[in-house]
Amino acid sequence: MTKQEALYNYVLRLGDDSLILGQRLAELCGHGPILEEDIALTNISLDLIGQATLFLDYAGALSGETKSNDDLAFLRLEKEYVNALLLEQPNGHFGDTIMRQFLFDAFRKPLLECLQDSSEKELASIAEKALKETKYHLKHSSEWVIRLGDGTDESHEKIQGSLHTLYRYSHELFFEDESDFLLQKSKIVPELNSIKLEWEKTVKNVFEMAGIALPENDWKFEGGRQGRHSEHMGFLLTELQYMQRTYPNMEW
Amino acid sequence: MVNTINHIWSLLEEVYDPEVPVLSVVDLGIIRSVEEKKEAIHVTITPTYIGCPAMQTIEEDIQTKFEESGISNFKISTSIAPAWTTDWMSEKGKKKLKDYGIAPPQNEPDKSLLFAEPIVVPCPRCESSDTKMVSHFGSTACKAHYQCNQCREPFDYFKCFK
Repeated sequence: MTKQEALYNYVLRLGDDSLILGQRLAELCGHGPILEEDIALTNISLDLIGQATLFLDYAGALSGETKSNDDLAFLRLEKEYVNALLLEQPNGHFGDTIMRQFLFDAFRKPLLECLQDSSEKELASIAEKALKETKYHLKHSSEWVIRLGDGTDESHEKIQGSLHTLYRYSHELFFEDESDFLLQKSKIVPELNSIKLEWEKTVKNVFEMAGIALPENDWKFEGGRQGRHSEHMGFLLTELQYMQRTYPNMEW
Repeated sequence: MVNTINHIWSLLEEVYDPEVPVLSVVDLGIIRSVEEKKEAIHVTITPTYIGCPAMQTIEEDIQTKFEESGISNFKISTSIAPAWTTDWMSEKGKKKLKDYGIAPPQNEPDKSLLFAEPIVVPCPRCESSDTKMVSHFGSTACKAHYQCNQCREPFDYFKCFK
């Protein structure tokens, strides 16, 4: 594997994580539990889709073919998407949406902090830009996890349930394969061990304040990074890709 | 050449942000450079927020402005580094924002601590400092939603972004 191929794989993962979570949050447009949250979640969606545009643009340039960000976003098959399974999980109730967001934001922030010092200029500048927004996202999701966990009996029970359902997907965020190792060797990307330590610190701190506990089982679900998705992905892509598949090459 | 460059800057002063139509793209601080290379004008712009849907419109508006002014040989490109900050917004721009009813960015970003008290943002209408943040996310990605406790008017705050 060449460095460029490894970088393509790596950037595609970053782009797909942003794209798929951005799409999930966009589904909430007009359906948020309260107006302010409707606006907040769709603003976050917009940031994520903006990040996806830059990452997929960059991936397209690395692909060695003439692929645009739209080609990558709209015209791949399910098994060619490499987002983590966590991000394609359905919105569920508000607690599920917030917990999914929190587990991801707590991972994304330290990752982007490291990537902004990458020796690959393009990667570094996208990370620097995305980090500013991601800090706001993490603050928002952390505060909600605490409010819900430390709120009423019902909100506590619900957010604890969300953690039980979603925690098993969080381990995959730290998945690494030969693409990562190759880039880590050249100091282009950080080792995920160090990101995991940061993640654990944030998660522990927020869950303590929220008064919720990690599940006792250590189930770990993975497959997304290798293109093996959950049953939800097909439905998500059907909606995401509908216009391009129905009217090929259409533009706004 | 200096004249041409100055002329371009003055044309750009007449291109407005579609979301905040009192601010020109120069006030907003998103014009990173204007250069003349081999007879062609190169303008580099930078997005405020990555997903800002106004960017494409802004680029098209600049294009239209140039074409209307008889400038045909130009290139507009986008650069994301260094990342935009509200520090690049002009003082004139901040004043225009306030007159328009949007509180301009204060000099410090919201503290990253959880549940930190939001920074004091004076009401753009009655100047009172007795205001409260309703939501960190407002009508566009760059704004938060506030309300004045004195005059009771809700207002947008252009977030400090560094």
